[in-house]
Amino acid sequence: MKKVLMCGNEAIAEAAIIAGCRFYAGYPITPQNELPSYMSKRMPEVGGVFIQSESEISAINMVFGASLTGVRAMTSSSSPGISLKQEGISYLAACELPAVIVNIMRGGPGLGNIGPSQSDYFQAVKSGGHGDYHQIVIAPASVQEIADLTMLSFDLADKYRMPVMILGDGILGQMMAPVEFKSLKSKVKSFGKKDWILDGCKGRKPRIIRSLLLAEGELERLNLKLQKKYNEIKDKEERCEILYGDDSKVMLVAYGTPSRITRSVVEKLRKTGKKIGMLRPISLWPFPEKEFKKLAKKVKAFLVIEMNCGQMVEDVKLAIDCSKPVYFYGRSGGQVPSESEIIKEIEKIYE
Amino acid sequence: MKDAVTHYCAGCGHGIVHRIICEIVDELDIRERLIGIAPVGCAVIAYDYWNFDVTEAAHGRVPSVATGIKRTRPDKIVFGYQGDGDLAAIGTAEIIHAANRGENITIIFVNNAVYGMTGGQMAPTTMLKQKTATTPLGRDQKIHGFPLRVCELLSNLSGVMYAERVAINNPQNVLKAKRAIKKAFENQIKNVGFSIVEVLSPCPTYLGLSPQEAVKWVGEEMTKEYPLKIFKDIT
Repeated sequence: MKKVLMCGNEAIAEAAIIAGCRFYAGYPITPQNELPSYMSKRMPEVGGVFIQSESEISAINMVFGASLTGVRAMTSSSSPGISLKQEGISYLAACELPAVIVNIMRGGPGLGNIGPSQSDYFQAVKSGGHGDYHQIVIAPASVQEIADLTMLSFDLADKYRMPVMILGDGILGQMMAPVEFKSLKSKVKSFGKKDWILDGCKGRKPRIIRSLLLAEGELERLNLKLQKKYNEIKDKEERCEILYGDDSKVMLVAYGTPSRITRSVVEKLRKTGKKIGMLRPISLWPFPEKEFKKLAKKVKAFLVIEMNCGQMVEDVKLAIDCSKPVYFYGRSGGQVPSESEIIKEIEKIYE
Repeated sequence: MKDAVTHYCAGCGHGIVHRIICEIVDELDIRERLIGIAPVGCAVIAYDYWNFDVTEAAHGRVPSVATGIKRTRPDKIVFGYQGDGDLAAIGTAEIIHAANRGENITIIFVNNAVYGMTGGQMAPTTMLKQKTATTPLGRDQKIHGFPLRVCELLSNLSGVMYAERVAINNPQNVLKAKRAIKKAFENQIKNVGFSIVEVLSPCPTYLGLSPQEAVKWVGEEMTKEYPLKIFKDIT
């Protein structure tokens, strides 16, 4: 199969088109600009809609409008812009509308910088908008995986009728690599008739899509319904990759760009006889707790590598109920941890 | 229109505007391809009275939600219903850009010069000297700025095809309002482009007036700041 050379941002866009996405709205922000540019060219070719909106707030609300007509819809941005989208994501979750939101993270807080970062982990996995809700969070680590997981994200959004975030970083968005798309085309799934959309009440009773629930107990009933859905997702949709899960003493934990560096550290140290492994979460929410619990019985310690000041490390501790020591090493503000830095951290704890 | 008792206060204008819209929907026979968008504000539960597909946007985001719907389903008739806080304060960016893009949608803007649902605070369209929950001494231009004239503002944008201000303070004006709102829907059906009708409407509760006095105030005071006219019609 022919491969195409493209950057991560473009791979998301093309995979979205293949997944049947026919509405995109976004606002320019570095380092994700290749995505809307690609969409502005491709959407008209497939009869879809591309809109450069006046703000990220407007973009997410356009996605809300498109989604409620049953169209697969997406928006993308980077950290400061994702903060602006939180209002809309909360409404999507409340109204049980499917949507895919891409965050190609840059350094923060504030305007930060345009270097790669993972400093929006908390915002993504705890869900940064108001109210009791979750979004599924998917973290690819290569350009090919970006394409594959973009397809998956649209399916998950439709299946569970909820927002799904693709959480990447500036390096993954900008990095170029050969991608194969043809194999993806057969994978577009349908999840039954969308009998909840608004398309005019011809031949049926009028429908209402809303999130204001004032009647006594009505909102709690929605929240309990959402929790039931979230529990089902935790049960079925945890995803991760494990390297050397059987005999590792120290299990490194990393996703996205740091997992690429960590992987080569693991392979290097394995050659020197050190029993090191890696757990790479692919779904950050739901967090792959089941695999963590299994590994906690086998390994002596975990070392979490992140491009932030320590965020996922909290979920690792929670996942294993602090039953083993959990160490952390991270770089922030657009800096990337190096192999030698990670090896140094391992040497501190490896006996 | 559903056979329901509304939650609106005595003398509120929303019921009249709802009724006008629903009569037009039947007259134009568009109910089965209509999608309405309710705002945040007193009209947030308009779907309890409108007998067609309705969604509810976040505060001020009606024009963006309308854009998403209309662009993906251009065969549908899409209208937004917004109050003065929703459209002229928190949603100023959204209305200006939806209008400037020339979205083929219909916006009904109900201006009653005050925030109703939250308890009578100053709106962007509150009149100078008007007392509200947050302008206890009256709106002072030096502190609070000036009343925002939406039709005057939007009619300057090339994307706007039709902008008219009407009032519902007496039966003649209600009929004029109906004619204007009907035209705003017909424009969309004919793919003409962006139409907005601003409706001056009484809010007796937060004007501290009786329903009769409130209607009089709309006709005699509000129309001084907000003249009733067609600001733009290039249909």
